[in-house]
Parts: sequence; structure tokens; C-alpha cells
Amino acid sequence: MVETSARHRRGTSTRTLLFTLLLALLLGIFSAHAANNVLQRGNGAEPETLDVHKSSGVPAAGIQRDLFEGLVAEAADGSLIPGAAESWTLSDDGKVYTFRLRKNAKWSNGDPVTAHDFVFALRRGVDPAVGSGYAFILWPIANGEKITKGKIKELDRLGVEAVDAHTLKVTLKAPTPYFVGMLTHPHTYPVHPKTLERHGDKWTRAGNLVSNGAYRLTEWVPQSHIRLERNPHYWDAADVRIDAVIFHPTEDTNTELKRFRSGELDITYDVPPDQIAWVEKNLAEQFHNTAYLGTYYYALNLTKALFRDRPGLRNALAMTIDREILTGKVTKGGEIPAYAWVPPGVNGYAGARVPWVGLSKTERLARAKKLYAEAGYSKDNPLKVQILYNTSDNHKRIAIAIAGMWKSALGVQTELFNQEWKVYLTTRRAMQFDVLRAGWIGDYNDANTFLELLKGGVGSMNPAGYASSEYDALMRKAETETDLEVRAKLMQKAESILLEDMPIIPIYHYTTQHLVGPRVKGWKDNVMDVHPTRYLSLAP
Amino acid sequence: MVPLPGGLKPELPLWTYVIRRLASAVPTLFIIIAIAFFMIRLAPGGPFDRERVVPPEISANLNRVYHLDEPLPQQFVRYLKGLARGDFGPSFKYRDFTVTELIAAGFPVSLKIGLMAMAAAVLLGVSLGAWAARRRNSVADHLVMGLAMTGIAVPNFVVAPLLSLVIGVYLNLLPVGGLGDGGIRHLLLPVISLALPQVAYIARLSRGSMLEVLNADFIRTGRAKGLTERRVVFRDALKNALTPVVSYLGPATAAIVTGSVVIEQIFGIPGLGRYFVQGALNRDYTLVMGVVVTYGTLIIALNLVVDLLYGILDPRVRSHE
Repeated sequence: MVETSARHRRGTSTRTLLFTLLLALLLGIFSAHAANNVLQRGNGAEPETLDVHKSSGVPAAGIQRDLFEGLVAEAADGSLIPGAAESWTLSDDGKVYTFRLRKNAKWSNGDPVTAHDFVFALRRGVDPAVGSGYAFILWPIANGEKITKGKIKELDRLGVEAVDAHTLKVTLKAPTPYFVGMLTHPHTYPVHPKTLERHGDKWTRAGNLVSNGAYRLTEWVPQSHIRLERNPHYWDAADVRIDAVIFHPTEDTNTELKRFRSGELDITYDVPPDQIAWVEKNLAEQFHNTAYLGTYYYALNLTKALFRDRPGLRNALAMTIDREILTGKVTKGGEIPAYAWVPPGVNGYAGARVPWVGLSKTERLARAKKLYAEAGYSKDNPLKVQILYNTSDNHKRIAIAIAGMWKSALGVQTELFNQEWKVYLTTRRAMQFDVLRAGWIGDYNDANTFLELLKGGVGSMNPAGYASSEYDALMRKAETETDLEVRAKLMQKAESILLEDMPIIPIYHYTTQHLVGPRVKGWKDNVMDVHPTRYLSLAP
Repeated sequence: MVPLPGGLKPELPLWTYVIRRLASAVPTLFIIIAIAFFMIRLAPGGPFDRERVVPPEISANLNRVYHLDEPLPQQFVRYLKGLARGDFGPSFKYRDFTVTELIAAGFPVSLKIGLMAMAAAVLLGVSLGAWAARRRNSVADHLVMGLAMTGIAVPNFVVAPLLSLVIGVYLNLLPVGGLGDGGIRHLLLPVISLALPQVAYIARLSRGSMLEVLNADFIRTGRAKGLTERRVVFRDALKNALTPVVSYLGPATAAIVTGSVVIEQIFGIPGLGRYFVQGALNRDYTLVMGVVVTYGTLIIALNLVVDLLYGILDPRVRSHE
């Protein structure tokens, strides 16, 4: 009896102890920890690389922008401001830039940033042995293209020269009005020569990487997170307010949204398209939906007889797409209906419009029907086309809607065809499609990054196989025109010709979507979608 | 369940058996590697294809740097040579890391989550199953079996987002994604989502076999001998009822490995499963190969372990040969 009760008592106390332990454990597990002066950013995907000469994606650029500073930098609103160079001059022939570097600019290990570092970096940027996908960004520089293509072997024949430690001279092949804008591209950032010599391919690792921007790399766990901390040697370190920023790969936008809602992220990279309506209703104050330098379009294959030499038919298809319905009812992400190829908001460029933009919907329909009939099609003999898109719900919904619009307006019979991304790219390159869904995001803020795509002789970069001697002549003139206003006029003329010919049907201009948490201050929406951490701060 | 290889004598010492099995694993792995290597090259598109079409000279530079300009057989030999040195080659997509490094970082994470899920599945599944069997046709039994059916029927890509929405967002108890500091808080939701269908399956399995065993003669004998109920259930019945559960561990491992591909994506866990999908989508040939080799080795090894366990639990398996 005594023994039993003793055991019973012991049992009870053990149970109580276990219970208490479990409770303590649970409380420990569930107690959320709020971070202090550390910014948590959703960054889309794991960056391919942090090597400025090997990267190509937006996720890498977002981190590199915090780590490095090019000759020219971006302000909080995306406008161009002096970066590592405090000023620059351009020669009268428009071909030689002289950059004066900041004397107080330093690398994160305390070394001064010199013109020699830039010479080293720019040469590496065109070096064929590096295997750089974006080498062409530097081709406006004299001999750049020839070096990448292996026609010139000596890297030192690139048109860059360190006049002294703080003066950099860059000689261009021809006047390039958008060259300064291109200098915000990560491919033009400086690298620290000694670090590359010492660490080789491992120079971008945390602990090795030396950077000249507002932050330095302190931790990189692949697919998990990348942590940057403020660079105490940065010339403007006194104005940098956030101590550390952590970039999280967030490919799954639904998970990203949940992580934002639960307070794990301060800024999201994106918003899932099917959640935009919910976000607009429930998180309106934190939702930032901003015009972006990009156009969603359908390319018509002009290398096939179906669309070659038939601008009337191409225009009929373009006119019967109701862009307002598409953006308002299908995509619903605040996209801007596109009646032009170059998106609004491009520096110093007024833009052109499709000639029929002023017509009402009924007038457009009547005109389209006439053009369709003139091309030899009718109810009994309908046009049959195939739309190729890369597998995605959004592209599918749009293709279905457009097929429906063409069907009801003209009686076109459309077949939808989707392929996984890399397969799609292969099919596209081989020009094996009638109608192709595509999108284009500008590499820099200038109309050229859009218009150069449609030039003849650019190979498979041209999505439609478009070739117009008139268009090409105007673009050639614009390329070397140093008077910016004249140049803009030439490009506008070229775009008008393009929109009359309609080798590509602009559908909408992209917008970028971010959620920005209430404790983040200093965020400015901008068309370049650049938001360097150095301009942000966190409310306590 | 992989049967023991034919011709194996029961008196064969265990270690000889293990060595033979390991030796037969080498050609199996080689075939897996060869098939995977050539299969992935058949897929259209390459690692450096982008929406922005780069000039041909630039593609040529890229291909040269990664030896993609060599004939395929030569690349295969190069790959095998590297593999023999334990070098999986550079990643085509994540250009700052070698595949060996990426796997070394991702594999422990996947392994940790997988093992935790497996342990949870076995412990919870067997206990629930045995409990339900002991209370056959009671409310508890119906409840457990009803839940188990639901668990089996609802795929984890539905369970996972639901759990993270309720527990992570509404209740704000656990983090929704990422590995954070690697602490248990970040692992709970992925492990639960991964384990749930297996818990359900194992619960059903062990309930069934437990019922069968509880009606067997030796149990009746045990009871007649006056052994305590606890001893009968835990020592005699459970041990025998475990055999089908152990033989299910092989398929369960495979299910957890494939499940982790989805779960890691949903919870943003930096494991190996994510590399499998992304590697394939990005045509990151070396990364996909690295994951295939790792998973192949793992599954061959686990099958061996399961076979050994099975032999220990049920001596008939060995003596049958």
C-alpha cells in the first residue's frame, strides 16, 4: 500500500515535471523574436552569383547594388547621381568621358578605390575567358566588342585608362548618349583586384569579398539567406542607417506573402498575381504597385508566310485585343494597357502611339474587320494561328482571353501551345511559332534598350524576325546623334514606323509589386525598381 | 521490399552479405549516372539560355568555360573522372559554388528534416495504429482511422500551405518559411507536413497487422500463460506487428525524399530537394547529376539497411533462401 502510493506520488511529480518541461519548451519555441535594426528583404530567387561580371538576374543585382558602387549611382527615386565618381566631363566629339573619382572612396577593407580598380574591372568585364553573359553592356567602349569576340587578344587595348589614381578616361567607339545610364548596371561595377588575385573563383564568398558600396558581405548560406552589414569604410557611411540587411530567396510568392504577413519579411520581392485583389483590399497601405520599364507583348513570326508582308492582318489582330479588359479583368495587377512599344517613364523620350489609338472600340472593330477581309479571310475561311507561351497560369489566362477576343471579333481560330521555359526559348530561337508571348524589361533607362531589339541583323535577339530598312536607317542615325532632342525625335519616328508595321503587338506595360512593411521608412517607388538599402531606415 | 539475392545461403555471415550488396550497388549507380547524364542533355535548351539572346560569340565563351563545347562522350568521361575524385563539377547556375559545396550545404538540412519526419511517422504511426487496434470499433478507432484516411488522401502541397497559414500567419506561433538560425522552430512545420501522410499510412498499416497478430495463437498462449497484458501487447504482439511497417520503410523513404522536393519549395528550406527541381528547370546539368547521385546512393543504402532490419525482425526471411 505504502509502496504503491509512493510510486504513485513519484509518478505524479515526474509527470508534472515533464509537463512543465514541455510547456517551457513550447513557450521557448513559440516566442517569436523581433529583429532590431536589421532589414529582412524577400529577394525572389537565390542569386546566380555575386560576381558582377557573371550575374544577369534581378535578384543578384539587388544585392550587388548594396555591396558595390559604380561610377554612377541611383538615388532613392531611381534617378542618376554621382557614385564612385564625383563628377565627369564629355569631350566635344562625344566619345571620351573623363571621370573624377572621390578621393575619400574606400573598399570595405580600407583600401582606397582607384581608377586602376575600374580599369581592372572593365577589362575583366569584356574578357572572353571570364565567360560573361552581359559582356555586351561594355561594347560601346572602344575595342570592347572585338576583345569579347576574340578578335583582339590584348585586354589592355580596351578604351579605358587610369590617368592617375583618381582620374579615369573612357574612350567610346562612337558617341553613346545612354552610356552614363548604363554605368549603373552591375556589370560596370568595380572589383578589388587583390581579392580576385588572392581568391580566384572564390572571391565572392563571405569573408573574401571586398566591396566598395554601403554594405559588405558577412554571411552567405546558399538558398537560405545572404547577410550584409554596413561597410564602415564607405565614404557616405554616416548617412547609412540600417545596420544589416538579410536577403531571403523567395521563389514561392505565396510563401513570401505569408512570411510578410507573419512579420518575417519587411519587404517582398513580388506579390502573387492571384492575391493582388486581396492585398489591395487588406494591405492597401503597404502595397506598392508601380509602373516598370517593361512591356508584355505578342510577337508575330515574320519569317513565315502567314504574317510576312501582311501589316494589315497584323494590325487587325492588334486592334481587336481589348487591353483594358485584359488588365482590368484578367491580369488585375494594375498593369498599363500598352499602345506603344517603349513604356512610359523613359528618360527624355516622349514616345509614340499606335496610329489607331484615337479610334473608339467600334471604329477599331470595323477597321479590323475590313483589314481582315482584305487579307483574304472570312467566316468560311478563317485565319488559323497558334499562340506559343511558356508554361504559366498568367500567360495561359491571357492567351485564352486574347484567343476569345480574336474569335468573337474576327472569327480567328486560335490554338494554344505551352512549353516549359527552356524548351520555349529553344523553339523561339528556331522561329517555330506563329504568335509568341514574350516580355521585355529594359536593361537601362533609355529607349534604345527597347528599340534595338527590332533592328534587322541582330539575329535571334529580334523576336519577330522584323527587318525594315527605314527603321534601321533611323536607328543608325540615332545611335551616333549627340543632340539628345534630335536623337529622341529620330527614335520616336522609328517607333512610329514599328507601330504601323506591327511585327510585335504590345499588350501591357509591366508594373512592379512590392509589400513594404510599416516600419520601413524612405521607400520611393520608381520606374527602375531600384531600392538601395542605404536610403531606407527602420522605425524603432 | 527487395528480397535477398538468390543463392544467398542462410549461414552466410552478415558482413559478406553487406559487402556483396555494396559491390552490386556500384554498377547500379553507374547505370543511374549514365542514364541521367544523357537524359538531361536530351531536354531542349541549355543552362545559359535566357530571354535576352546573347551574341553567338558570348555563348561560345560561356560554353568554352564550362567545357560544353566538347563532344558529349568526352564530357561524360570528364564527369566520371571528376566523380571518382569526389568532384561533382561547377554549378552552371550558381556560378560561385561547386556542386559538391551546394550538396554539402543542402544535404544535411534535407537529411535532418527527413529523419525527423521519418521518426515522427514511425513513432506516431505505430502508436496510433496499435492504440486503435486495441480499441477496435471504438470511437477512438474510428477517429484515428478517419484522420488517417484524410491524411493519406490530402496531398502535402495542400497541407503545407494550410498549416503555414493557420499556425504561421493567423496564430503567429511559428515561422512560415526559411531556416533562420536552423532552430527547431523553423523545422516544425516542414517536418509535420512531410510526416503527416506517412503517419497516416503507418497508422493504418500497424493497426491492420496488430489486429491480425492479436488474434494469433501465440498471443492467446501468452495470455493463457498469465503474462501481463502490457507484456503481451508490447513485447510479443508489437514486435511481430512491426514487420510490415519495417518493409514499408523503403517506400516511405522514397516518399519522404520526393515529398521534400515540394515541402522545401513551399517552406523555403535550403535543402537538396529544391536543387533537384530548380536544377532541372535551369538545365543546371552538374547540379541535377549531383543530386541524382546523392539520392541514388542514399536510397540504395537505405534499402540495404531495411533489408538487414527485416532479416533481424523476421528470421524466416533469411532461412527461406
